Amino acid sequence: MSQTHRIDGGLLDRSRALRFTFNGTSLEGYAGDTLASALIANGVKLVGRSFKYHRPRGIFTAGSEEPNALVTLRRDGHGEPNTRATVTELFDGLVASSQNHRGPLRYDLMAVNDYLAPFLSAGFYYKTFMWPKAFWEKLYEPVIRSSAGLGRLSGKADPDIYDKGFLHCDILIIGAGPAGLCAALSAARSGARVILADEDFRFGGRLNTETMAVAGTSGADWAQQAVAELASMDNVRLMPRTTIYGAYDHGIYGALERRTDHLAESAGKPRQVLWRIYSKRAILCAGATERSIAFGNNDRPGIMLAGSVRAYANRWAALPGKRIAVFTNNDDGWRTASDLAAHGADIAAIVDTRDRAPLEAPAGATVAMGAYVTDTKGRHGLKSITLSNGTTIECDCLAVSGGWSPNVHLTCHQRDKPQWRDDIAGFVPGPDLPVGMRVAGAANGALTLAAALREGHEQAHAAAEELGFKPASIALPAAEDEAVETSAFFHVKADGPRAWIDLQNDVTAKDVKLSHQEGFRSVEHLKRYTTLGMATDQGKTANLLGLSVMAECNGRSIPETGTTIFRPPYTPVAIGALAGRSRGKAFRPTRLTTSHKSAEERDAVFVEAGQWLRAQWFPEKGETHWRESVDREAVRVRESVGICDVTTLGKIDIQGRDAAEFLNRVYSNGFAKLPVGKVRYGLMLREDGMVMDDGTTARLGENHFVMTTTTANAVSVFRHLEFCRQCLWPGLDVHLISATEQWAQFAVAGPHSRDLLRKVVDPEFDLSNEAFPFMACGEVTVFDGTPSRLFRISFSGELAYEIAVPARYGDAMIRALMDVGEEFGVVPYGTEALSVLRIEKGHPVANELCGQTTARDLGLERMVSKKKDCIGNTLSERSHLNREDGLALMGFAPVMRNEHLSAGAHFTSRDKPATTENDEGWMTSVAYSPTLGHSIGLGFIARGRDRVGEIVQAADPLRGKTIEVRIVSPHFVDPEGERQRA
Amino acid sequence: MRYSGMKVLWEGLTGNRGWKPVWREPEPKKSYDIVIVGGGGHGLSTAYYLAREFGLSNIAVLEKGWLGSGNIGRNTTIIRSNYLLPGNEPFYELSMKLWENLEQDFNYNAMVSQRGIINLYHSDSQRDAFARRGNAMIMAGADAVLLDRAGLEKQCPFLDFDNARFPIQGGLWQPRAGTARHDAVAWGYARGADMHGVDLIQNCEVTGFLIEDGVCKGVETSRGAILARKTAVCVAGSSGRVMSKAGMRLPIESHALQAFVSEGLKPVIPGVITFGAGHFYISQSDKGGLVFGGDIDGYNTYAQRGNLPVVEDVCEGGMAIMPMIGRARLLRMWGGVMDMSMDGSPFIDRTHIDGLYFNGGWCYGGFKATPASGFCYAHLLARDEPHPTAAEYRLDRFISGRMIDERGAGAQPNLH
Amino acid sequence: MIINHPLLGPRDASEFVYLGDASLIDRPDWQAKDAQQQFHDYLYLRDNPAGAHRELWFHEQGDRSWLVVTRDTITHEITNVELARDVALQRGRGR
Repeated sequence: MSQTHRIDGGLLDRSRALRFTFNGTSLEGYAGDTLASALIANGVKLVGRSFKYHRPRGIFTAGSEEPNALVTLRRDGHGEPNTRATVTELFDGLVASSQNHRGPLRYDLMAVNDYLAPFLSAGFYYKTFMWPKAFWEKLYEPVIRSSAGLGRLSGKADPDIYDKGFLHCDILIIGAGPAGLCAALSAARSGARVILADEDFRFGGRLNTETMAVAGTSGADWAQQAVAELASMDNVRLMPRTTIYGAYDHGIYGALERRTDHLAESAGKPRQVLWRIYSKRAILCAGATERSIAFGNNDRPGIMLAGSVRAYANRWAALPGKRIAVFTNNDDGWRTASDLAAHGADIAAIVDTRDRAPLEAPAGATVAMGAYVTDTKGRHGLKSITLSNGTTIECDCLAVSGGWSPNVHLTCHQRDKPQWRDDIAGFVPGPDLPVGMRVAGAANGALTLAAALREGHEQAHAAAEELGFKPASIALPAAEDEAVETSAFFHVKADGPRAWIDLQNDVTAKDVKLSHQEGFRSVEHLKRYTTLGMATDQGKTANLLGLSVMAECNGRSIPETGTTIFRPPYTPVAIGALAGRSRGKAFRPTRLTTSHKSAEERDAVFVEAGQWLRAQWFPEKGETHWRESVDREAVRVRESVGICDVTTLGKIDIQGRDAAEFLNRVYSNGFAKLPVGKVRYGLMLREDGMVMDDGTTARLGENHFVMTTTTANAVSVFRHLEFCRQCLWPGLDVHLISATEQWAQFAVAGPHSRDLLRKVVDPEFDLSNEAFPFMACGEVTVFDGTPSRLFRISFSGELAYEIAVPARYGDAMIRALMDVGEEFGVVPYGTEALSVLRIEKGHPVANELCGQTTARDLGLERMVSKKKDCIGNTLSERSHLNREDGLALMGFAPVMRNEHLSAGAHFTSRDKPATTENDEGWMTSVAYSPTLGHSIGLGFIARGRDRVGEIVQAADPLRGKTIEVRIVSPHFVDPEGERQRA
Repeated sequence: MRYSGMKVLWEGLTGNRGWKPVWREPEPKKSYDIVIVGGGGHGLSTAYYLAREFGLSNIAVLEKGWLGSGNIGRNTTIIRSNYLLPGNEPFYELSMKLWENLEQDFNYNAMVSQRGIINLYHSDSQRDAFARRGNAMIMAGADAVLLDRAGLEKQCPFLDFDNARFPIQGGLWQPRAGTARHDAVAWGYARGADMHGVDLIQNCEVTGFLIEDGVCKGVETSRGAILARKTAVCVAGSSGRVMSKAGMRLPIESHALQAFVSEGLKPVIPGVITFGAGHFYISQSDKGGLVFGGDIDGYNTYAQRGNLPVVEDVCEGGMAIMPMIGRARLLRMWGGVMDMSMDGSPFIDRTHIDGLYFNGGWCYGGFKATPASGFCYAHLLARDEPHPTAAEYRLDRFISGRMIDERGAGAQPNLH
Repeated sequence: MIINHPLLGPRDASEFVYLGDASLIDRPDWQAKDAQQQFHDYLYLRDNPAGAHRELWFHEQGDRSWLVVTRDTITHEITNVELARDVALQRGRGR
């Protein structure tokens, strides 16, 4: 079989033959073909199966509104299910296969559903499958699920890449048909920056598919000339293969440009680019979509939209049938007949629902006026049609024209309601268009060529003028106002065979009537009950037919019956394109500390802390379990000295005459009197009295502080402080800047930390306990003059410091610290050992500061000053937050020393079962304490401070483990704090 | 009319001519015992349980649009009871148990499908937080399983375990969770309420409350005044607008949540998967569409639509953990308006106006609550005391500081 | 959405972080007799209008200004953008 249905003419490059396969059969087409036009040229009629009844289906349209011809394109990871053959540009080596059938396409076993149709009417599944109860998940649903769906995902990661971009323009023109091209010419000549986008690979829209002349030449040639002029202008960006899929706020449009979908290989280039287009004005020139007429068995392969049949003949030189009949309710159907006759097709009949023939019929065609089609025959391809007058006409293609519906979709994305126009029997854009949008041409209900050209020009003229451009006065290209008279005939009202409304979802006129019969009468109920318009085409050719049937049942007009809401996207968009490059490791940025390289060299194991990667532990030779490394690191810190990178903590530089007062208000404890050269632990509340964050703040000068925040809250605390500064106390002289990345900061902890630092800090700085005591801070220099900041603070409970150097010295600093520390046996320690040390010391972190806990819960109520105003203090006094049986942060030790605690366990009294009523709190953090030689934990428990020594259950039914634990002080090591002051 | 497989067979053989309307279309009466404002899921289930459990039937449900046009008409259909706090978990577990018997109860197949939900975790501290939650669930009588990586891989081999930016360590699994066909839930309740004599009145907008001396005596509507001994507002998404007609300010902001559905595909995703760290969750409907979503847009709005940043953010989250969905196409995006409350938890309570009751603040979690919300609201309306599982859902809870803040995000609705 | 920053011109809304009603500027007096009630109303209750809404946005990916944006919650049309600091000063906030 080779291009048996190919004719002369068309906009094809016949010098480039392209080979492709459909369901394994090798076929040939030409450059310029779509997969659909090539299939038609090869005489392929049957291309798929419908969703529910598995009816044989053929190509129905020539555009993105296609409900039937869905194929899986390409193979394996590149496989693309549900791809519309009608918009798939043919390329050499294309591989496509049909979907949704068991066994071969021609002999689909699931076609049995069609015989069961009486039992599978709209909503049947809501009324059955309820007994026996357990069978739903085990039997009924799995069967339904496996037979539902259309194409199949490969299950493999999408191998292609996608890009995103942003474009700006004065005027965005959506659609490059006659209206769009004319609008683009007018807008561009005025000097405005113009983007012209069209989903097709060839600009021109219906100009490419019609035979009407523009400015004395063929429409397609005129379009080529217009495109050539536009391409030569610097202020114009032409975007073929680009679908404007959504209209968003403030003139922002979503666009999908297909870059390599028309090529056999993407060859490392992005497959598609997702654009956000920022426009000052937009002109929607999206054209119109032809609709069908519902009649008995109107879904057979070979029954197509008339305008599409014409398009295949005119543009693609492919005749969908050898003997073609036309069924129409309007003048346009007649044009299909005359165009096809001009191509030498045998026109079997013209069936018009109206009484008077508007034009002359081609020779040999039977003309039946005031008639309609009532039934058809031909299971795998149309064989004949039966008319209301009883005659049967043999034909292998029926071109159906039910009139044209303006493509108003984008006008509705911000919930404009379309308005009905009787003269075209269709909906046109309503009054509440998205801001900046205008509509021209067929999309606006101007269905003739001359009107489209005129409106395109006028709307562009007006838009350019609004933006202050001087529109050029141009002569409109001459074109005819062809006959477009139509009638409101949507479905054949006969009790015959099923008449399809929604082809893909198998919704018939009977289903719509049943929906009405059962009380589902609003448009939304109709849609949801029958699934009308919910298929991959979103009912582009079906919705109005469904409405018309419902309107008739309701005894009301179509506009009174209503319309459903058009939502983005206009046509479906690949999820991969919407995600762009944000996948795999590039999903989010990775932040590295300055010691990362050095840690890598020491074989550190890293862990995510927000976007940061931090060293978790540093395994040494011979260590086989992480606990060995962590225990060693923690012990070395307690016995000698260790170094940990703490750069990730947020650092906020605070300056100004009122900096101290500002801190006094954002921290719950006092900061006004903190002396210069001192650090204080600060507790920050939210306005609702819950703990927001904690950290230390150092006073480096009279008007200069440096605040640290937790790693997780660095951004939100900064935002909060700016809120306080700008919105609450705009009169305070205080300035903030985030300095997290400006400084590399290292904790140096352990009894030998001072000895180590003495070798680092330049000798003029006295580090003795008297000169630089616990909670001292100051600016120092290290290694002969490198500026640095030194803080004597301790998270581990040991004698400890944090030393900060400008980030560019961070790598050198960690290496130098390790070098000079060698004589003390210094170890680098990671976040695990850090955690062990802080749990031993009872310091809260994010696990305890979970946004649900108060200062009182944490045992820090004395840090909420009652003598001053600060964020959170008023509402922290609410009764429930100060109840007698409130929570308290306590320590927990296993009663059986060798048992391990688990975080997330809940506490209950020993004699009570683990139920919500008996729940007294939960374990927040646990660690193995090498210092104590057993597992320890922190957690919140009701009235904890009165219950020291009590034994309770730590219930962990999730992991099937409940153990007894003793409530102890949360300060396991050095509760008096002598070591850190040493 | 009782629905059954036999009935479907019989009707199929006799031309489907015997099916009756699922509800009447009554004219509103002058007065009722109880008027429920809002014919969404919660309003309809409230009416159903008032009639079925409490024997009251002189009830009207007033709906501005069509039945089920509330957020039950636009959501991602997930049912679950994987909550943490004692103010929430028993309530949602009650809801789960009602879901499990719902279809037999109201004789309508709402396709309640317990295919499970898995919340992914990526770090030890997330695992610990999920352990705390899983234990709270079990202690409230719900089910929970903590999956490690191997256990998760068995269920979801398609997740990107090897190249994920945030390594997937495991998940908290609630096997009894799942999805339900959202519209059918509304229709089932509506049908059930109608059969018990409740008047369901569509296209009837409440334009004001009849309040005299601090007592609410009914409502003004687009179809005239309707008197009621008790007026029960149940209009999540529009709570601010409606309650302002009674002069009330609420601890609620209105926000848009977008959701997405792909073209139909053969089954690839077994249950519900949520990727909290990446603002993404997904399931697959019985029809084959991937149903997914993420965060709210984040600004106050009453427009039922959102903007592109969230669309892209959600798809990024999806591609980050399951890059096999890249070539599936997003078919439809939509937005619903949420009552975002100040602590992320709802309200079922009397108001300070006698005879006026309020149910709202469901954030983006109202669908799963539909049965229990109706049940507990009916309890409150019938008995004038809160149902024990909903006793914490008080409008005045912030005065004493009894927040039910699952996320610990504080009084900022768009963070919940 | 696009927010027309008074200092920087039109910027995409995704550069900003949203907080909520601009009434959050009007933090009550902590020494008022009914301070707890006032703080409750301030922090927890909202007008939540369907229509013009004055609201706070933070230019996090920009100059770190807090802005008061007047935006319609039905159409999303933005009619006014001010620096929150100016608004706060106008409302009598100072030190």
